Amino acid sequence: MFKIVDKKTLSPSTKLVVVRAPHVAKRARPGQFVMIQIDESGERIPLTIADFDRRAGTVTMIFQEVGKTTMHLGTLRPGDELFAVAGPLGHPSEIALYGKVLCIGGGVGIAPIFPIARALKEAGNTVLSIIGARTKDLLFWEDRMASVSDELIICTDDGSYGRKAVVTQPLQEILMKEASNIARIWAIGPAVMMKFVCKATEPYGIPTIVSLNTIMVDGTGMCGSCRVDLKGETKFVCVDGPEFDGHLVNWENLLMRLCIYREEEQLALNRWLETTQGVIAAGGKA
Amino acid sequence: MEERRKKLNLNRVPMPKQPPETRRLNFEEVALGYTDDLARLEAERCLECKKPTCVRGCPVMVDIPDFIGEIKKGNPEGALKIIKNKNSLPGICGRVCPQELQCEKQCILAKKGAPVAIGRLERYVADWELHNGRRSIPEIAPSSGRRVAVVGSGPAGLTCAADLARMGHSVTIFEALHVAGGVLVYGIPEFRLPKRIVQAEVAYVASLGVEIRLDAIVGRTVQVDELLSDGYDAVFLGIGAGAPIFLDVPGKNLNGIYSANEFLTRINLMKAYLFPEYDTPIKVGRRVAVIGGGNVAMDASRCAVRMGAQEVFVVYRRSEKEMPARHEEIENAQEEGVIFKVLTTPVRFIGDEHGWVRAMECVQMELGDPDESGRRRPVPKPGSEFILEVDTVIMSLGNSPNPLVPQNTPGLETTRWGTIVADENGRTSKRGVWAGGDIVTGAATVISAMGAGKRAALDIDAYLKAL
Repeated sequence: MFKIVDKKTLSPSTKLVVVRAPHVAKRARPGQFVMIQIDESGERIPLTIADFDRRAGTVTMIFQEVGKTTMHLGTLRPGDELFAVAGPLGHPSEIALYGKVLCIGGGVGIAPIFPIARALKEAGNTVLSIIGARTKDLLFWEDRMASVSDELIICTDDGSYGRKAVVTQPLQEILMKEASNIARIWAIGPAVMMKFVCKATEPYGIPTIVSLNTIMVDGTGMCGSCRVDLKGETKFVCVDGPEFDGHLVNWENLLMRLCIYREEEQLALNRWLETTQGVIAAGGKA
Repeated sequence: MEERRKKLNLNRVPMPKQPPETRRLNFEEVALGYTDDLARLEAERCLECKKPTCVRGCPVMVDIPDFIGEIKKGNPEGALKIIKNKNSLPGICGRVCPQELQCEKQCILAKKGAPVAIGRLERYVADWELHNGRRSIPEIAPSSGRRVAVVGSGPAGLTCAADLARMGHSVTIFEALHVAGGVLVYGIPEFRLPKRIVQAEVAYVASLGVEIRLDAIVGRTVQVDELLSDGYDAVFLGIGAGAPIFLDVPGKNLNGIYSANEFLTRINLMKAYLFPEYDTPIKVGRRVAVIGGGNVAMDASRCAVRMGAQEVFVVYRRSEKEMPARHEEIENAQEEGVIFKVLTTPVRFIGDEHGWVRAMECVQMELGDPDESGRRRPVPKPGSEFILEVDTVIMSLGNSPNPLVPQNTPGLETTRWGTIVADENGRTSKRGVWAGGDIVTGAATVISAMGAGKRAALDIDAYLKAL
């Protein structure tokens, strides 16, 4: 069992948990992820490692409440325990001195882009960052991103904070102004966002690394549920990734595969909401 | 004399089974096992040969006539002690070993009639123990002060760990998943091998003093070299061949196309058949095609039947005669309504506008000259293409070794197929490291993995004593 030692609410639907998992913390590197399972009847879901503390033996995960498992996770408190935390999984990000790099984080993708931006900065790169969300409430870690970025652009879809734009708009401007200065780009966020970032950078030929968040079961390469088509070659996100050259990704197939269990996800969520609300109502009466 | 002659029955005592029309609707065990009376009746058939050939057919050399003799005497406890001397997992082996190719094939009665049902009797003894809640712990040698890391908790790792613990070594198993058992928990379905049996046998191994560390992925969480430098005197790699092979034809990544590993892992390990009681979903359509002809294909097709599919096809490129699946499992699948389309192979998968598989184009095959494996090579018949409408496809074409450990262990020699090179005792090219089971042989059987675990344990023991 893996104890939750800290928990924070970053936005109404984005939460942070710090979990004691010394075996993961010991080896974790930016870009890697863990598989977690809340309880014995739970499912295994992948969460990116947003931070780690080797001495304390803890790893930090940030997640958005989008369905049954993440909402359940969101109700847990310090002292509660997770049934399984396995990792670190996947390859770490390839951190090197590239020159000027651009880090783009969309929504909950701000969490995993942070340790990468930090490592790139520590490696001596000039780090330019763009973070974006639908609305102001969904933004977080502006200060942390600012602390590791030479320049930080913030945008919201509705203009409630920063620029009123989606992340690809400031990206286009940067590309037009100084594409030849940008050595490498990292983009993490919803699949659609990553797809459009890659479309924007492709004509300039700038290597664009994306971190794919596909459906996973074991996370160790034994099932292929996370398989992705890279220009005709099948790769497993859990062992070959999660980072890939975004220009090779078959985004249409990736987006379709993310929808496989949409009905079941809705059913599980509704059922969970009914039972938990029942519990809350019963508790209220008592 | 007359009395004795009458007893020589050439037919084995049948084992009660759930009838097909009932078992199609549940995940409970199909074969119900012998009762005390049935077991004794079957045991009576054993001639207790002076030089038993059956023992030679058993990869771990269980003293078969001896344990059967105890059953005859009505002493299953004594039988258990004899079995556990050689085999730590009788509840599993009695169920999933292909006995027809091993012990039972060598039974002297097989020359005249049906061989003694050794597997069923072994299973009876193991079930008796579980049912009576009595666990016999064998003698354990005094502590050697040596430590061994066993990587993987499948049949090879469990056997190796149990044997080493009995020899007095301190053993830790590292398992990547959240449950121990390997293919016994994620691969073989409940209706063939109930998970409570696996958990009981894992608990038995733990009762010998073996520590089992779950969620520990060797190759990621910890490296083999670290184990060796952190105080383990030897490492045994029983990591299996768990990477699925996908048929490389257009449309293979459409929605609704699973690897058998994913399909079975969702069902067996994650209990998706109990969704939404359990959180892991699974999607099984009305018409399901399972590609392949091995035991895994039989397991997948029979799971699909139980998930409510209306028609389930096993699509295999050779004929039924060449199918690698156990005859008994093919028969079980047929009884449950699985339709066999042999001499057929898909050439592409056809999807709808939302990316879901809707059909597959197949071609019929005929058998040509024998290939390297000695089996006749299937050749496509030109012009025989046809469309089979399906909404779920399960690819069961075998597995290749998972590269995580070999990639991250310098000095460990592998073949071009990714299997680890090891001698007959499991010694690898790296000092202090042994390997056995599917990671050495490629996908094979539970019992051959156990045999490899056993031989490695003996060799590791000799190595540790010489240190």
